[in-house]
Amino acid sequence: MAKRIDVSDLNVYYGDFKAVEGVSMTVEPRSVTAFIGPSGCGKSTFLRTLNRMHEVIPGGRVEGKVMLDDQDLYAADVDPVGVRRTVGMVFQRPNPFPTMSIRDNVVAGLRLNGVKSKKALDEVAEKSLRGANLWNEVKDRLDKPGAGLSGGQQQRLCIARAIAVEPQVLLMDEPCSALDPISTLAIEDLINQLKETYTIVIVTHNMQQAARVSDRTAFFNLAETGKPGRLIEMDDTATIFNNPNEKATEDYISGRFG
Amino acid sequence: MSSVTGVSVTDETPDSDGRDPLPGDNASTGRLGDRLFGGAARGAGIVVVALVTLIGVFLLVQAVPSLADNHENFLTSQKWDVSDADNLGFGIARLLWVTVISSVLAMLIAVPLGVCIALFITHYAPRVLAKPAAILVDLLAAVPSIVYGLWGAIVVGQYFEPVQSFFIAALGWIPLFEDTGASAASTIAFVSVVLAIMILPIVTALSREVFAQTPTAHKEAALALGATKWEMIRTAVLPFGRPGVISAAMLGLGRALGETIAVMFIVSSLPDGAPWSWSIFNGGETFASKIANNAGEFDSPSKTGAYISAGLVLFVLTFVVNAIARIVIERRKAFTE
Repeated sequence: MAKRIDVSDLNVYYGDFKAVEGVSMTVEPRSVTAFIGPSGCGKSTFLRTLNRMHEVIPGGRVEGKVMLDDQDLYAADVDPVGVRRTVGMVFQRPNPFPTMSIRDNVVAGLRLNGVKSKKALDEVAEKSLRGANLWNEVKDRLDKPGAGLSGGQQQRLCIARAIAVEPQVLLMDEPCSALDPISTLAIEDLINQLKETYTIVIVTHNMQQAARVSDRTAFFNLAETGKPGRLIEMDDTATIFNNPNEKATEDYISGRFG
Repeated sequence: MSSVTGVSVTDETPDSDGRDPLPGDNASTGRLGDRLFGGAARGAGIVVVALVTLIGVFLLVQAVPSLADNHENFLTSQKWDVSDADNLGFGIARLLWVTVISSVLAMLIAVPLGVCIALFITHYAPRVLAKPAAILVDLLAAVPSIVYGLWGAIVVGQYFEPVQSFFIAALGWIPLFEDTGASAASTIAFVSVVLAIMILPIVTALSREVFAQTPTAHKEAALALGATKWEMIRTAVLPFGRPGVISAAMLGLGRALGETIAVMFIVSSLPDGAPWSWSIFNGGETFASKIANNAGEFDSPSKTGAYISAGLVLFVLTFVVNAIARIVIERRKAFTE
């Protein structure tokens, strides 16, 4: 189910502003890749180009190539809506649909795909909630509003919603930055389980988190404010944290800036 | 909030740090400026409550004697005969039906249209077009109702004939669409269209406001699941805006219920004793137009009282509609915070 992502020489623009410049990288299937770097370095922007969510922002466009196995995500005949069904996303703040019950939140994506059978929807809801380690906590209140859960539960609900449509890749944009340490731990455990099935890319500000959950780490930086962000180096997580090639990476890791 | 003491419920609830807020008057230094301003503000508050109360009392006091003399059933009778002040016979069945059906029809037209315009302005229009479109819709609200009445009766009415013929031919077997021989420019159905245009700005402006407030997080959640633009609107924007649209519809309904001039201008009144008809392709009178049409007849207290009782019903009707709108708005508040 999981696919490999191959990015070559990607530039990202918002209108005339070049936000990210010249990124090339490979993300292996069934692994966790973490993006780290100071604020404004373009890591979230770059993450959004992997499912074309940057196009939602006015003026957002890219130059370069993103391949999902052998499919070019930016080929002329590719529908961004289709891309987002293959590459799911979890956001910084938990964002369950406030007017929907827990169950309806999980199956919202399937409903969009036209699945109507109640039995099929219920099965997927249970499977996805189990997959997100949330089933035992919510199984008795599936009809209650999703917004009534705690922050950490809401975020796992959003993960359940994202995996319910069985994507190839799961993108996570600082998924724990709004959560307390215990909820964060629950999400990190979940990421470890999910990587057996999905390709996972996670943006994080928390370097310990990157060290704990990821197999590979990419460090982004920008020369100065107003300049585009760049990929400085990408390697096995252990190498990045213990023996980075670049001075900038070492400075950032050791807390000398950022 | 009590009209007499000026103390509201919120004054008594502790604020976030658990401390009781200062009672309003403790902040006053007792100096002249404080006392003057405090007095003026309190006076203004009392005036508005007193006004509503006085209007209600006026309507009741004037209506009750006539209601007591009325030998017809006020709520169910179709008759309206007040020519003999000593032998009053009046009922509001017809007025109530015409008022309610014309306003509800107007709402059925204006709400979907207003929601679509609001969606266009907030989510589809290019930025250069969105602002002017919004201003234009707001301008519609500033057009006086007499102008709508004139324009409807003289200009648009003649083009309504084919619409009426179409409905009568296709659905004439339903009492609601029965042919009564009334000319198309003078029917309840046509005035509903004009009323719909009049309440369109209210519905559009309020819907636009709530749609524009839809949190980006919810819209992105839908898009990231692979929703198309329309699906995103259906999954995130419409559910979020629904309470706002409902209250907008209620406020529009309140306005349509009380509209007088346009209705007077367009709908032809029926002779007393005309057979009952459910048809919207018929003339008739609403509470407001009935009272306005007969303002010349107010020559004895008991006659006037009959019309005032009609006014009282309209007062209660709009009051109920507005109360429902308020409740919906309050519920929405709890939802978004």
